[in-house]
Amino acid sequence: MRNPCQVPLVTSVADLDDRLSQTGYLTDEGLATVAFLALAMHRPLLLEGEPGTGKTALAEGLSEALDLPLIRLQCHDGIDASQALYDWDFARQILHLRTVEATRRDGDADVVGVEKSLFDERFLLARPILRALRESPVVLLIDEIDRADDEFEAFLLEVLSTFAVTIPEYGTVTAVTPPIVVLTSNRTREVHDALKRRCLYHWIEHPALSREIEIVRRRLPDVPPVLAQQVARATSRLRARDDLVKPPGVAETLDWARAMQALGNAELDLESAAATLGAVLKYREDADRVRAALDKILAG
Amino acid sequence: MSTTASVHEVDEILAAFAAAVRAAGVPVTMDRTAMFLRGCAIAGAGDQSAVYWTGRATLCGSLEDFDRYDSVFDAWFSGSELTSRTPRDSLQRTAQADLGDADGDPGNQEEPTWVRASASSAEVLRHRDIAVMSPGERAELAKLFAGLRFVPPLRTSRRRRGFRTGDIDARSTLRDQLRRGGEPARLRFRRRTTRPRRVVVLIDVSGSMGPYADSLLRWAHVIMTASPQRTEVFTVGTRLTRITAALRMRDGQNALEAAGHAVPDWSGGTRLGEAMQAFIDRHGQRGLARGAVVVILSDGWERGDCALLGEQMRRLHRLAHKVVWVNPHQGKLGYAPVQAGIVAALPSVDSFLAGHSMATFERALKVVADA
Repeated sequence: MRNPCQVPLVTSVADLDDRLSQTGYLTDEGLATVAFLALAMHRPLLLEGEPGTGKTALAEGLSEALDLPLIRLQCHDGIDASQALYDWDFARQILHLRTVEATRRDGDADVVGVEKSLFDERFLLARPILRALRESPVVLLIDEIDRADDEFEAFLLEVLSTFAVTIPEYGTVTAVTPPIVVLTSNRTREVHDALKRRCLYHWIEHPALSREIEIVRRRLPDVPPVLAQQVARATSRLRARDDLVKPPGVAETLDWARAMQALGNAELDLESAAATLGAVLKYREDADRVRAALDKILAG
Repeated sequence: MSTTASVHEVDEILAAFAAAVRAAGVPVTMDRTAMFLRGCAIAGAGDQSAVYWTGRATLCGSLEDFDRYDSVFDAWFSGSELTSRTPRDSLQRTAQADLGDADGDPGNQEEPTWVRASASSAEVLRHRDIAVMSPGERAELAKLFAGLRFVPPLRTSRRRRGFRTGDIDARSTLRDQLRRGGEPARLRFRRRTTRPRRVVVLIDVSGSMGPYADSLLRWAHVIMTASPQRTEVFTVGTRLTRITAALRMRDGQNALEAAGHAVPDWSGGTRLGEAMQAFIDRHGQRGLARGAVVVILSDGWERGDCALLGEQMRRLHRLAHKVVWVNPHQGKLGYAPVQAGIVAALPSVDSFLAGHSMATFERALKVVADA
């Protein structure tokens, strides 16, 4: 069994880079350095970048590379502490209370004991953040923090500063080892400065062509090398166009390669590319524009 | 030299670098500096590339800070090569989007003469065309702007709160019951709350809008003051500039000056279509315009491709809750919306309003508040 108090020791930036690349997640120097610092300094890592550049995938990669469980909290509008932190299982508490009432003999009411048993661990519903604090070392992914509102951010700030949570009826839960926290944001809203100051900040860029080919080959080892290269090249050409509503990210490159493979195509030609364009381009305007110039994009 | 002394020295150099980054305009706080020093000690203060990435992750808080950080870094540690650096072109685009060369000034159209109404001087001022006012009258107007009140439009939130009626709140009912020893008591209810809806203001700062620029900024500042967390302001001209941070200052005059410094393209040309595209691509689509009330303050003189403007306006209309267009010429004598730009945009606009005098600005605020 893994020692529950130990995050696997990562000795250097190169070491982390190495471990991540073994899981199929390829970083660049900047990202590897920042991720290493996040581990070494016990600081949350705030990742921003275009959709599909691998922000969420980094958390998954870290969890795999360090052999730690991944706990994910997807933020949404109106998320609050009872969805992120903990809740009491009221229905079961009442059932418990009724049972105590029915089985007790008159005159031996142990008020303190009953009260204590009511707020027992087994009635506590641990939501992602509480689970992360209790089960740490883990990787805690707080995805799309920009979708949550300001109140939630303030609450998060408190948890991320102390890695502890106080439940009035129960007590304080403190993480023995601080969890590795990755926050992602699509910048639909500027994250509050106070929260940013707690975090290490990194902006993830689209990868260079050679790295993208490498990513496809690592993530999808069954895709023929020629196809991997063609798909990566075509996507990076699409990305270079400035008339697309939504330029494709790495996630779309991988989807495209998977789609081609699923159809049993070994090479990306005009016909198969047109048929699978929906895997890369998600807007009608984009598809129309690209379809007209598909031969140029595939050429070379 | 002893080890501690040399460590101390390295820290001093790094701290001085952090101070230089702050001097360049990046909001570097003490705790950020401390985090930077600690990070460098871990990543290796001798490794220039490690220092670069550590500094970027600890001293910078957003994409917009990277350019300033880079130039300070280059100046501070120049002389030796940095190996892997991210290409900067895509980063610059986000902060200030260059929309190509400035076109000629389209500000030579005829200004229709304004018939002065005879009433009290404040009332006259309220209805006067701002473009033909004297500096004294404008100063007077600034006071009127400060008196404007704005109630932000509301949207239904996903959050619920206890209320007399609504859905049954099981959590609260059961907790209440628990408090009474499990005796069923009265039901508790909750309902959805409301939150201010986001308002996005796009101000045209091209030459033809020059006389109104000051007032339009003040108008946006009124909205900003009422709902600082849910308002975004951009200027469009030859560039798209986000001036939200500048306008957050409470004092109108200070906010205006800060915005003035932030905008590099006063009184240039406009390519509205390209500017709208830049706005939607970089901000709107990601969520800034989703469900928001988008207000465009422009005369609609399009020097670029009107088909592009039409297409972008349709996109915007699909994203936004309401699109409001405030035009300084609308409502003036003899004006008809026949310019190609306006014609292309109008089908995607929910309200087309006048905006040349205090009274019309008041009305526009009301329309936005009720959106």
